Amino acid sequence: MDIELDFAALQEIITSNAGKVEALIDSYVDKKEQLISLLQDIQAEFNYIPQDVIIRISQKLELPLSQVFSVATFFKAFSLKPRGRHVITVCMGTACHVRGGQRLVNKMARDYKLQPGETSPDERFTLETANCLGCCALGPVVVVDGKYESQVTPDKLDKILKKYD
Amino acid sequence: MVEQVKKLLDKRLKSIPELEQLRQSIISDRDAGRITVSVCGGTGCRALGAEDVVDAFSEEIEKKELAVKIEFKETGCHGFCERGPVVVVGPQKIFYQHVKPEDVPEIIDVTVLGGKIVKRLLYTDPITNDEIPYEADVPFYKRQTRLILGSNGEIDPTDIEQYVAAGGYSALTKVLTGMSPEQVIGEITKSGLRGRGGGGFPTGRKWQSCRVVKNDVKYVLCNADEGDPGAYQDRSILEGNPHSVLEGMIIGAYAIGSHQGYVYVRNEYPLAVEHARTAIEQAMEYGLLGENILGSGFDFKLTINKGGGAFVCGESSALIASLEGKIGEPKAKYVHMAERGLWDKPSLLNNVKTWANVPLIINKGADWYSKIGTAGSKGTMVFSLVGKINNTGLVEVPMGVTLREMIFEIGGGIPNGKKFKAVQTGGPSGGCIPEYLLDTPVDFDELTKLGSMMGSGGMIVMDEDNCMVDVARYFIEFLKGESCGKCTPCREGLSKLSEILDRITHGQGRPEDLDTMTDLAEVLSSGALCALGRTAANPVLSTIRYFKDEYMAHIINKKCPAHVCRELITYSIDAEKCTGCGACARACSTKAISGEKKQPHVINQGMCIKCSACFDACKFDAVTRS
Repeated sequence: MDIELDFAALQEIITSNAGKVEALIDSYVDKKEQLISLLQDIQAEFNYIPQDVIIRISQKLELPLSQVFSVATFFKAFSLKPRGRHVITVCMGTACHVRGGQRLVNKMARDYKLQPGETSPDERFTLETANCLGCCALGPVVVVDGKYESQVTPDKLDKILKKYD
Repeated sequence: MVEQVKKLLDKRLKSIPELEQLRQSIISDRDAGRITVSVCGGTGCRALGAEDVVDAFSEEIEKKELAVKIEFKETGCHGFCERGPVVVVGPQKIFYQHVKPEDVPEIIDVTVLGGKIVKRLLYTDPITNDEIPYEADVPFYKRQTRLILGSNGEIDPTDIEQYVAAGGYSALTKVLTGMSPEQVIGEITKSGLRGRGGGGFPTGRKWQSCRVVKNDVKYVLCNADEGDPGAYQDRSILEGNPHSVLEGMIIGAYAIGSHQGYVYVRNEYPLAVEHARTAIEQAMEYGLLGENILGSGFDFKLTINKGGGAFVCGESSALIASLEGKIGEPKAKYVHMAERGLWDKPSLLNNVKTWANVPLIINKGADWYSKIGTAGSKGTMVFSLVGKINNTGLVEVPMGVTLREMIFEIGGGIPNGKKFKAVQTGGPSGGCIPEYLLDTPVDFDELTKLGSMMGSGGMIVMDEDNCMVDVARYFIEFLKGESCGKCTPCREGLSKLSEILDRITHGQGRPEDLDTMTDLAEVLSSGALCALGRTAANPVLSTIRYFKDEYMAHIINKKCPAHVCRELITYSIDAEKCTGCGACARACSTKAISGEKKQPHVINQGMCIKCSACFDACKFDAVTRS
């Protein structure tokens, strides 16, 4: 029941932003090759890529639906599911790995019941992993809503996440 | 009046002398007596709170009305990320580490105004315990040759005038005033520069092969899709000195006859995207990009493209597919991209570091450049020295420096008195090099001989607490996730390798596994479509080659000597050492630990999930693992 309501609310957001979506897609009509860029703009707007928008892009840019869909699913940066209020990115780069980055993902699975790519039922958090955030000196690194946290331990992770609700 | 305002607003430089005039006027406007204060604004230092330090300086400078006396700037990455936030006070370059906003008034009063040093913010040599006041004397910097990274700490990357004042775009003017495209290529060829993205292909030859193809439309591309985990030098260069990359690309475009370029940057590097974008806008504004550059008649435009977070897009043909708005699948290279690349037009793709080397070679000459480095690898290389190492950061050294010098002299050795085990170079396609080979000089050819490679310059140091089977499993898992799935050897081969390594790390290895993996590696290296797949088995091969005993310990004895593989560890409590404080029981999330207060505690092995929380929580070393 709750889920149905959520989808209705999301649909509402998309419908009420229809003008914005149309304008955004229109601005790419002459540069179909920048499909990835367009999808990035859409995601920046909605936090994910709604299905309707994928269909709309395909129609307006005259690109096969399969191509838009394949690009939207091939690249890790895109999410076809709505994401939580806060996005947690755990770095899985080698430098973070050798310093115990995997333990943070284990901790999220154990204590927050979140696997990479999942969003908590209360939509508080989405857990994502990155291959390397390029802050190797500070590993293990976790980024919450764009804020970098350095030398994170499982204990420290609790303290960090408390700040976000 | 309107005309005057317009003239002021129009910063476009119409000729080469105008650029020189601008350079002179910026330099002469500077008060020689001003004291420079630069705060590192790289991603690393920002994560450690550099932005608050910048704000504190701005406030303090305003409060004390020191704007005339101090030249304050937020620069790019200084490289010594471990010690951030880093503040350097010029001209003698006093190096302050771990600076907090509350330290700022003291730095201004004591150092800037008083000319004295704030001792407690200095770097202390861990061996001699000496406090080292000047950047150049810090061992981490002392042995480096910072040709590419040097300007990072000197200029504000968001201000083109600072790059110009530091001699920027003078290589471009040299090219536009007196060098033919052939001469430019000749100079690059003579310098011996090899591609810094990993392959090490001779840059001059690459340019020449693109130059000779006849086509009105050609593209110049910059590969900033730095996907190798543990490597972040390209990010730092784009963030800290984006104009050096732009200048290299403009020269490259002139040499091959291209009028449009693209910079393909990783999505995970927001600050690099922002700074590169600002740099392109400013270069347009000053007439260094766009039509009729510096009145020379040469046109060149640059566009930034953000990647979508796929490792394989660092591969040339996948990068091109991605630039065309398609999924990043590599193609078989029957036709070289110098003939048919982006949109089937001749294209020249180089790595960020390669482009950044170009202005240097043009300015100082191929003869000078080719004197640096080894016989087969010229110039310097930027490494990111990370992992279990004291001085983590970006290191630029001439090719040919030994791994031992890198790790123990520049890197300051392994922290916490642990023993060195291996250094992993070349990213996921590279290999792990053991201790007895540390005296190998680092260059393209030597690393390949050891079963590893230069790659993008990542150097991850591992100590005795790292399990080499786990490291191999980690890389294969990584590559499995990043394989585009187009060709069978890579897609299926990596899946199988990952399955076997998973089994071994879970204590279900079989004696024949090593042979099976070696066979699979052979299939991958001979049958995969692109370089990602062909080199994907390197982490397995190099760990089997150098750390076979660790594999055997997992397979035969069902033990993980480094205590990393969870299924192979048993945690227990030493009754003699246990004080019964209960810290372990509180830390245990499965309530597997029980015991009376002040009495030795016990772990219920059936309930233990081996998360190591008790081991970390115990202050008396009473929790042991075997």
